[in-house]
Amino acid sequence: MSLLAVRGLTIRYGDNTVVDGANLSVERGESVGLVGESGSGKSQSALAILGLLPQQASVSGSIEFDGQQMLGADEDTLNSLRAHRIGIVFQDPMLALNPYLRVGAQLRHILLSHGLAEKAEADARVIEMLAKVGLPDPERQVRSYPYQLSGGMRQRVMIASALIAEPDLLIADEPTTALDVTVQAQILELLEEIRDDTALLLITHDLGIVAGRCEHTIVLEQGRVVDAGPTTSLFASPGHDHTRALLAAAPRVDRGAAPQPVSASTLLSVGNAAVSYRDVTAVSDVSFAVKQGETVAVVGESGSGKSSLVRAMLGLVPMTAGRVVYAGETLEGPVEDRALSQRRDLQLVFQDPASALNPQMRVQAIVEEPLRVHERGVGGADRLSRVVAVLEKVGLDERYLRRFPHELSGGQAQRVAIARALILNPKVLVCDEAVAALDGSVREQVLDLLRDVQKETGLSIIFISHDLAVVRSISHRVLVMYMGRLVELADNASLFGSPKHPYTRALLDSVPVPDPVVAPKRAPLRGEVGSLVNPPPGCVFHPRCPIAAAICSNQAPTLVDHAGTRVACHLVKG
Amino acid sequence: MSMNRSIKVSVTLLMAVAMLAAAGPWLSPHDYITTNFDRLLASPSLFDMHLFGTDDLGRDLFVRTMLGVRVTLVVAIVASLVSLIIGVAYGAIAGFVGGRVDAAMMRFVDTLYALPFIFFVILLMVAFERNFFLIFVAIGAINWLDMARIVRGQTLSLREREFVEAARLTGVSTLRIIFRHIAPNLIGIVVVYVTLTIPQAILVESFLSFLGLGVQEPQTSLGALVNVGVTQMEGAPWILLIPAALLALILLCFNFLGDGLRDHFDARHAE
Repeated sequence: MSLLAVRGLTIRYGDNTVVDGANLSVERGESVGLVGESGSGKSQSALAILGLLPQQASVSGSIEFDGQQMLGADEDTLNSLRAHRIGIVFQDPMLALNPYLRVGAQLRHILLSHGLAEKAEADARVIEMLAKVGLPDPERQVRSYPYQLSGGMRQRVMIASALIAEPDLLIADEPTTALDVTVQAQILELLEEIRDDTALLLITHDLGIVAGRCEHTIVLEQGRVVDAGPTTSLFASPGHDHTRALLAAAPRVDRGAAPQPVSASTLLSVGNAAVSYRDVTAVSDVSFAVKQGETVAVVGESGSGKSSLVRAMLGLVPMTAGRVVYAGETLEGPVEDRALSQRRDLQLVFQDPASALNPQMRVQAIVEEPLRVHERGVGGADRLSRVVAVLEKVGLDERYLRRFPHELSGGQAQRVAIARALILNPKVLVCDEAVAALDGSVREQVLDLLRDVQKETGLSIIFISHDLAVVRSISHRVLVMYMGRLVELADNASLFGSPKHPYTRALLDSVPVPDPVVAPKRAPLRGEVGSLVNPPPGCVFHPRCPIAAAICSNQAPTLVDHAGTRVACHLVKG
Repeated sequence: MSMNRSIKVSVTLLMAVAMLAAAGPWLSPHDYITTNFDRLLASPSLFDMHLFGTDDLGRDLFVRTMLGVRVTLVVAIVASLVSLIIGVAYGAIAGFVGGRVDAAMMRFVDTLYALPFIFFVILLMVAFERNFFLIFVAIGAINWLDMARIVRGQTLSLREREFVEAARLTGVSTLRIIFRHIAPNLIGIVVVYVTLTIPQAILVESFLSFLGLGVQEPQTSLGALVNVGVTQMEGAPWILLIPAALLALILLCFNFLGDGLRDHFDARHAE
């Protein structure tokens, strides 16, 4: 008998069917990956298993946990199952942990309220559990509030709280989506190590995570299970078109053709840029140049200063030091002080199209606004035809003109944002995590769109991303940043082919590869990004560096040229 | 975009009440001030056209009630407009300019908050002659403080939104950013807050009248009529019930109007 057997699960909200006859099972001790794009019903299925769906949902089918029917079971039965036998880890631990309780108290509460431990031994069990999930100094950290912990540490606490009752099944719903890639690798490794014989249902949109970690894989598409089977055979010979499409759309960091290097003149250069916010130095001494028609990627984890760098370049935040030269002219001061002609050539596309588009304006008004500012002479009819033309360029037609942003899907909204940026025919397009919020297949379409526009118009692109697999597929050159410093600057082929800086190597090793044949590497980095308020002396990376030597902790490295690649590391030779 | 039903119904009802209040006293043979000692506390009847009956001084209640509706509506709407205009302008400027200007402006608001309202009103009434205008000033003077705080908070968060950043980057002027990007996104919350302010202003006005600081006899308002009605509740319940019902109808209509307008202005709800 399976530990969890879901048969014909159907979830409806009114006329809207979000899960349609899904079957899935999890055996004891097994790890199962549930993959799908947003809206595929994967989280809804998890909530149904836990009996946590909102009242409006009408649920049918059967959910048996260890032989016991959970659909329609009374609240007491469900509570007892959830307390003792099923653990859950959500995507955002900040929302799942009570902000007003110390983490120790939350775990203690779980033990005491379900009679899992006596008062006297509860504290010791809590500390033991926190130590097990790798929280440093657990005796002290039990007294921390969730906001005092980093995202990765909070997720460790969440895992501790899910496992402290020693459940039979752990459901992890996108447990690492909000985390940096090196921390993601740590958390995935922790989940695998710590669960012992607890079965794992891992819900994710990332095929790479499933490939490395799960024995079985289930693929959901629009509420239906379209493919299921052992992970190795499912990836080797997918049984359904949707699985093939997902695999095709999943970029791989370990292989792929690098775009041909661009040989053109430098269009934009940033020299010795520094950005400080009060006592925090977000960016220090970063220089790079962008050629015409070239895509330069800026990669790094959160806190690396990649967004601050380009925002300062555009004049959205003040640059503390350094200069920006565009087409021979120096760009200075806040964006409001710059000449309109300089502003029209540099455009920005944001990460989240939902907040980058004014919810009260229609697509037409959004896209034509730059024209109203820069080409006042253009009449209404001309303006409209320009808007329609640029919408066509991004793959949308006239029907979208009258829509509001909330009537668009994520991909369509991002196309509108790109259309707004392209309508003035800029020379440089800055994409700040522009595809991070999009599903795999939509992300590929948007990347193709950017490539096409570049080929057609010779547009230069500065592409900020934390996703190295995407960067590999689109960029000509790559800047790797860590804690506001540029640590490596290389062309695509050398960066992905022979990364030099230990941080770059660790980043590349942390990215999950959507192929079960490529065994996941052990999490290559311990610890987390240091404090920007009080950065470590010497090389800022040395506390996490696997090869750090004595010199690293007292002398900051400078960028040194190694056969075309610039690296800031004392220990990289030749 | 078509108007939704709650707007249509509440506007229709409010217009009907307002028109009745405007025209009613002309159509009646009585006026609001003449006392008729033969018919003290008369019940509503068509006989000699005391449609709503008379009060304890024999004055015609239909005419007085219509007069009360006029006063109440005017006080409520004018006071809310005063608080709307001052509050939105003040809050939007503080929120958008930010920094020290914001800090100074909001500390001023905090200082005004610290003044006890009733004390403030009594001072106003004592210092100046009691008149209608002072009631607007008094009610508006407290309500705009809340409005300013709400608008400032909303503006602060809107200013950081990426679509505002995109507009700055393109070169959209500050004025156009405020009118095209900030203001439309404020309408929802402002409308909701105004509809909360109107009933509040009505209640404050009747409270002031009760203390003898509001509308003065022989003028009247719905609040003052209800207060008189309470004293006659046992013998002549209609004196209480009719103005109370009208007051409730007006308050309900404004609340529904607010709900409807919020949906209407918010693009996400409008269909």
